Amino acid sequence: MQLFAIYFAGLIFGLGISISGMANPAKTLNFFDIAGGWDASLAVVMATALLVAAIGYRLVLRRPSPVFAPRFQLPTARVIDSKLVLGASLFGVGWGLSGFCPGASLPALGTGRIEVFAFTGALVAGMFSARWLMRISASRAATASA
Amino acid sequence: MIETTFTPVSAALGGAMIGLSTVALLALRGNVFGATGILAGFLSPSSSSDWAWRAALVAGLVSGPLAHFALIGEMPAVEVPVAPWMVLVGGFLVGLGVTFGAGCTSGHGICGLARGARRSIVATATFMTTTALTVYAVRHIFGGV
Repeated sequence: MQLFAIYFAGLIFGLGISISGMANPAKTLNFFDIAGGWDASLAVVMATALLVAAIGYRLVLRRPSPVFAPRFQLPTARVIDSKLVLGASLFGVGWGLSGFCPGASLPALGTGRIEVFAFTGALVAGMFSARWLMRISASRAATASA
Repeated sequence: MIETTFTPVSAALGGAMIGLSTVALLALRGNVFGATGILAGFLSPSSSSDWAWRAALVAGLVSGPLAHFALIGEMPAVEVPVAPWMVLVGGFLVGLGVTFGAGCTSGHGICGLARGARRSIVATATFMTTTALTVYAVRHIFGGV
């Protein structure tokens, strides 16, 4: 029951990405090309999603706990550091080069297109590389302070 | 460059569905719907019960285009107006960036902003800017696709 409900939540997200045209890199990139053939659709997608989420989050968080877990697990990090800004900057460069972001590429895998698999493979390689770099810098910091 | 047209109605409908599904995941499991975090936990799970719901969610995501086909009779368009190396290098940079930055368009841009998280406001403003600068550089400085 739990897994079916969560599957359905994923399906609605994936269908929303498909219907909105956000599975299409050409459409996403044209939003960012204000100097070219501008397509404002991405702004409408984000604004509508944000509006629904902001209202829904408020209602849901009034409840004592989620349906299938003992408590809500919201991100707890508060600090705004260079890692956050550098990470977000790199993400934007990659998004601007490829036209794919993770939330669009996962549903787009369902189209079976080779470009989406290529992007997602490179995405996973980047995620593991970043974790490896973070482990190295953490162990260096531990050695330095010891 | 491939021309696309402004589609406000389907964008609003799809956006509302995306928003609704983030609310559903919070209500069901208590987690934010960040594609980065879900994928990271799916690839290296902390426990088998933690993996199961993430796998169900990923399966749902991937089924999205099939549901689109079932409803509308065609797969959603995927037009890639860039060279293969840009897809690969771009994908790698996205992977680095979302891990260091702890989130992407869904996690920071929708869920984080919906919670009013200051980290997400900074991250979203940053990546929207660098994406636009990258697209401008590719198309109008290097005269690319």
